[in-house]
This record gives sequence, C-alpha cells and structure tokens, in this order.
Amino acid sequence: MTSVVQVVRVELPASLCLLATAPRHVDVSVKGLVTQRSILDALDADYPVLRGTIRDQTSKLRRPFIRFFFCEEDLSHLSPDDPLPAALGQRSESFLIIGAIAGG
Amino acid sequence: MCQVRLLVGTRKGAFVLTADGARKDWTVAGPHFPGWEIYHLKGSPADPNRIYASQTSSWFGQVVQRSDDGGLTWNAVGNKFIYKGFPGTHQWYDGTAHPWEFKRVWHLEPSLTCPDTLYAGAEDAALFHSTDGGASWSELAGLRKHGSGPAWQPGAGGMCLHTILLDPANPQRIFIAISAAGAFRTDNGGETWKPINHGLHSRYIPDPTAEVGHCVHHMAMHPSRPGTLFMQKHWDVMRTDDAGESWRRISGDLPTDFGFVIDVHAHEPETLYVVPIKSDSEHFPLDGQLRVYRSRVGGEEWEPLTKGLPQSDCYVNVLRDAMAIDSLDSCGVYFGTTGGQVYASADAGDSWQAITRHLPAVLSVEVQTLP
Repeated sequence: MTSVVQVVRVELPASLCLLATAPRHVDVSVKGLVTQRSILDALDADYPVLRGTIRDQTSKLRRPFIRFFFCEEDLSHLSPDDPLPAALGQRSESFLIIGAIAGG
Repeated sequence: MCQVRLLVGTRKGAFVLTADGARKDWTVAGPHFPGWEIYHLKGSPADPNRIYASQTSSWFGQVVQRSDDGGLTWNAVGNKFIYKGFPGTHQWYDGTAHPWEFKRVWHLEPSLTCPDTLYAGAEDAALFHSTDGGASWSELAGLRKHGSGPAWQPGAGGMCLHTILLDPANPQRIFIAISAAGAFRTDNGGETWKPINHGLHSRYIPDPTAEVGHCVHHMAMHPSRPGTLFMQKHWDVMRTDDAGESWRRISGDLPTDFGFVIDVHAHEPETLYVVPIKSDSEHFPLDGQLRVYRSRVGGEEWEPLTKGLPQSDCYVNVLRDAMAIDSLDSCGVYFGTTGGQVYASADAGDSWQAITRHLPAVLSVEVQTLP
C-alpha cells in the first residue's frame, strides 16, 4: 500500500510561483499515504527553493500565515500526518496553499 | 569612467540604481523579488559582481538570494538558519522567558577578502556565518551564550542583530549591535564575545548604565580607524576611540539626537552624517524639514544640510540601514526614506537630489563604487 504513487495537483500562492519560477498549478508525485507532510515533502523535492517557505525549517510545522484548503474545506489544523481526502489523488481539485489575507 | 551602483531594499522588492561618476542621471532596475520585503542587499568588496540579498516575508519566511553578475540575475541559496544546540530563551516583552525563534535576516555583511564568506545578522538576535556563498549557514553561538543572552529583550521593532562591522586591520575582530541589547565585540573570530556598552546611558531601562539592554540603532566605522566607532543610539549620538571599551556622547548641538542612520565620509574619518528624527514617538524629521546633519570634527558640532531636501511638510523616516557613502572624490552620500524617495549628494552632502521618488518604503541602501 505504501508503495502506491499518486499525483496531486497543488496550487501555489503567487509569491511562491515567482520564487520557484513555477506555474500556479504543479503536479507532484506522492508516495504512499497522501498527507500534508507527504505532499509538502514532494513539493520540496521538486522545488528545493520552497523549503522553509511553507513550513518552518526547524519545527517542520505550517508557517502561521499559511493555510491549506481542499474542496472548500480548511485542512490547516489537521495533523501533518492525517490522511487527506482520497479525491486529492484524482486531480479534479487542487490542494490549495494560501497566504492568509492581510489588510492595509 | 567609473560607475556607481546603489542597492536599495524596500518593503516590496529590491531595486538597483546605476549612474556614471557624475551621479546625475540614474537608471532604475527592478523590482527584483516583487512583493517581498528586502531587508538588505550588499555586494562583496572582493568581487563587486557578487551581491547578496535578504528576501523575507511574514508569510513565507526567509530566502537569501545571490547574484554573480552585479544584480542582473539572481539565485536563491541556503535559507536554513538553525540556532546551534539547545536554543535557550531570552526575555519576552512581559519579562517571561521566551524561546529563541528565527524570524528574518536584517543585515548581510560579506567578507572584506573572500566573496564566498559572509555574515548574517538575524532576528531573534544571532550571528550566522557562511563560507560557501550562502549555501549553508552556521551560528556563531558564542554571542548568544556569552552570559547575558537570557536577559536580552526585544524592542518594539523586534530583537534584531542589525549591524556587523568587520575590522579591516584585524580579521579576528568583529563588532555587532542588537536592538535592544547593545553593542558587542569579538577578538577571536566570533568564538567569544563581550558587551561593549560602557558609557552608554539609556533612561528607558531600569539601570540606565546597565551592561546590556541599550537600544543601539546603528554603528559606523571608517576603515582607516577601526578602533573608532560612531553610534546612533535610540537617543544619543556616541563615539568610542578604544574599540568600544568606553563611549562618549557627541550629540552636541544637534536639534534632536534621536535617529536611526549614521555614517562616515569616505576620505575624512572625522566627518559624520546623521539624520535627526524628532523623537521615539514621532518618527519623522523635526518641523517637517528633512535635514542631514554633518559634523566635520568627529561630533559635537553639527551643520544642517538642506539644499535639495524638502524643507516643509516632510514626515518620512530614514531607517537604520538606509544610508550609504561611495568612495569617489568627492564622496557621494545616499539615503532612502519610508516615503520611497532615494536622495543622493555627489558633493559630500552640500547639495542633494531625489534620484527616485516613488519606491515602496526603503529599508536599506548600499552603494558600490565600480571601476
């Protein structure tokens, strides 16, 4: 089961597209269980420049002003190792990485 | 003919301004890294085409960029800033112990001799070192662990290590400054450090002459006299002539001695520049008049420089790393404002022109004098 590879579509915030010279939507290959950690590990592997921009370098926790959405649900507060909805592997919807709204 | 290149960091990107030696007509390139805060850019004295930039964001953290072609193209290098060992704690605003947490790099200081070696001043205050062009970083932890670290407390702007001065005569000697801890010196390449705050007096801390706790805003050195440092403190302009062992106040006849920037003339080690700011609660020039003050005698006696600067309704600030001086003859003086203007003087401060007026708020200005 853990050797299964699923392709997950990820939508990046504009600032990280610029940093990584990446399109808004990128497909990453996730080995085994699809979780926040496995998606972000795959993203880091494909785009090393994004290391530390979504998760803290030391704690590996989500940076405070980052949110993860999928199918209109906020997944941000799940454990990084909680399994995510199976539909993520079907690429009809993207795993959204969102920068929190700031006014001013 | 020689060229001058200004490296301007702003709240929303980096800009590179170039001019020939006349310094009248400027070309503005950028923004590089649009939308990101660029706290500081600085070129290597050993290879002017090597430039480092601190790119940071409250959302996305810290990135360090490196250019090997004078700022035309950039590549991200290492951004793993890990405190060495058990990070320990410093004081939080409420007096409780708070764990050291990396937030951003305020200042990058390339080595005087090697393009691949540089230092990074961080918030929460720490000094990091790279010897591989920024690919990897290690903390010079002797600074935080010399003894007073647990007592350091952030000011309102954060607990940042913002000034790094390398002694050109002694590669083992480095001076740094931290808000709101004070100034420190190492004489063994960063292994051990000592506070160098004797003579500072700060009314805003319980013991005004404490060994640490002083809110140093910036320090400057002339390379020909590395034992003499000039300091703009929260309030007070100060100098030391014994490498920080003792400081004395040189505010003299300044109309206010609050401010952020301080710098030294390229060829006259006793000629200083500051931009007085009204007060700690009103971060703008006195009476709405933007004035650089120059002392030609090492402090105490200051003259206002106003020609070409707005003398009414000006309420911008000039932040700690936002002044620089080129090494042409006569030397050029530059500073950027929180209103997005960059002012330049090609005659050592006698007259000024705005060389760009509508950038995002300027965080830092550095200058390179190129052959």
